[in-house]
Amino acid sequence: MSGQAKAFRPEPGALTRWLILGIVGLVFLVPIVAMGEFTLRRGLEGGYDFSRWIAVFSGGLTGEYKGVLTALGNSVVLAIVTVAVMLVILVPTMILVQLKFSYLRRAMEFLCLLPITIPAIVLVVGLAPVYSVIAKMFGSGVWTLSFAYGIIVLPYAYRAIQANLSAIDVVTLSEAARSLGAGWLTVLVRVLLPNLRRGILSASFISVAVVLGEYTIAALLNRINLQTALVIVSKSDPFVAVIFALLALVFAFFLLLAIGRVGAPRRSRREPAASITAPAAVTPSGASS
Amino acid sequence: MADTLVSVVAPLEGVAPAAVQVRRPESSRRAAFTVPSFLGLVPFAAYILLFLGLPTAIALFTGFLDGTGSFSLTNIEALADPLILSTFGNSIGLSALTAVIGAVVGAACCYALIGTNPTGLLRSVVDSASGVLAQFGGVMLAFAFVATIGIQGMVTVYLRDSLGINIFADGVWLYELPGLILPYIYFQVPLMIITFLPALEGLKPQWAEANASLGGSRATYWWRIGIPVLTPSFLGCLLLLFANAFSSFATAAALTSQGSQIVPLQIRSALTSETVLGRENLAGALALGMIVVMVVVMTLYSLLMKRSAKWQR
Repeated sequence: MSGQAKAFRPEPGALTRWLILGIVGLVFLVPIVAMGEFTLRRGLEGGYDFSRWIAVFSGGLTGEYKGVLTALGNSVVLAIVTVAVMLVILVPTMILVQLKFSYLRRAMEFLCLLPITIPAIVLVVGLAPVYSVIAKMFGSGVWTLSFAYGIIVLPYAYRAIQANLSAIDVVTLSEAARSLGAGWLTVLVRVLLPNLRRGILSASFISVAVVLGEYTIAALLNRINLQTALVIVSKSDPFVAVIFALLALVFAFFLLLAIGRVGAPRRSRREPAASITAPAAVTPSGASS
Repeated sequence: MADTLVSVVAPLEGVAPAAVQVRRPESSRRAAFTVPSFLGLVPFAAYILLFLGLPTAIALFTGFLDGTGSFSLTNIEALADPLILSTFGNSIGLSALTAVIGAVVGAACCYALIGTNPTGLLRSVVDSASGVLAQFGGVMLAFAFVATIGIQGMVTVYLRDSLGINIFADGVWLYELPGLILPYIYFQVPLMIITFLPALEGLKPQWAEANASLGGSRATYWWRIGIPVLTPSFLGCLLLLFANAFSSFATAAALTSQGSQIVPLQIRSALTSETVLGRENLAGALALGMIVVMVVVMTLYSLLMKRSAKWQR
């Protein structure tokens, strides 16, 4: 039966598959290749060399491109603070809702996915007055943008963490730990967080990628981050802007590739977390009997 | 599950079924009503209220205020201005066109990816590349297209020097509305792959077996089973692509040199200069208009997604 069914699998033939993927893949490669070609051009006399790449990296932090590097630093700070905001505010709330307020799960999902419906350009209209108050309280440091970025990464982070949260039995895990005498802090730090580390790691990576690529809010609130700096530089020196853009795209590609690796099942290097999950799978049937 | 992590919008199977709560013991239910547990929700609620609720409310209601802060409908009336209407028309047209092309090409790619190993190299690369282009690109995609089909772009130069075709014979269109079409398709197709692939993977092997055992062919499988089952998710993804293009700002901001051909750009010019059409708080009215379109589209999207979830049980 299964052998017969195999013949009727809906998947395409090898020729069709590679024809579609090949054509689309090649077309989508053209702009990336064009960026590479663009940065290697040797000015008016034609031909190619690496002089522009060398110029960017030989100057170091004090060179001509200090502005872009400072902006990159800003973006890294923003990424770190945004991940911190997410870890401190979102993760404990999601665990709490899963554990004690199951009737709020739908509301939580709705809230976290809401930023998809509200475009960043709309949010920024309302954020401008909010940030003029924030500037009075915390100063106009670039890191304050992280509060807004925490909102735009919310849907991504929520999905990553919720997928992990639904896959483990939080209630049973925490009750097992509680019945063995663990306090809530111990439950959180030693039982739940190790089990959630894949979701949390994915959420952090995707947040970093989103923050490094963010332009709209920073541009309209007049803050400098990587993207706004690239737009400014591109006006005077398009080659350098393209070099940094290409590097950022490649970096983001590998970051997302890493998410895929992290999310891949059965790759736990640390035993403790696995040994906590194992008895949990047995507990429900034992309790009900 | 790993491949859906990258995407916000892929149907999330894990959220809805809450099997865990069925065997929730009595003790933790009582504990839910003690004061400390409720306090745990306060930071998140306060954060959402301050940085999502408040800005959204401000964005929506400033449209109803005039320069002195009193209630007025002049900004809302400005939405009926022919210039504003044509901007909304541009935005909707651009979003619809790129959404349809993106959905068709993206669905073809998803079809080509059926049966590939979800944790294999091909899928990892496709997933990551799609994630980068769909969610990270923005400004950098604008640069990519300047390098490709700009006046000195690789493709422009090649076509001009080798084939004698001048793509800008009727003027340089890259920095105007038509120039947005190709970059938008460039991030719509990857988004379609991310969002539609899980739906294709939801096709159960039993259906193919049932089709086979009843004497069906590949064609009957697709016409009688595959396409009817997938239509709601396809339309849902199409709407999502529309919403994505409609709300995107960075690519257009980095590419267009002057003018505000689409709504997000108009909001920018309303925010940065106070004198668009001689009205203050026009940004608020434009934001309100965008939200109305987005709410309609996303409501339809969630209805379609509910419909398509019927087959995923």
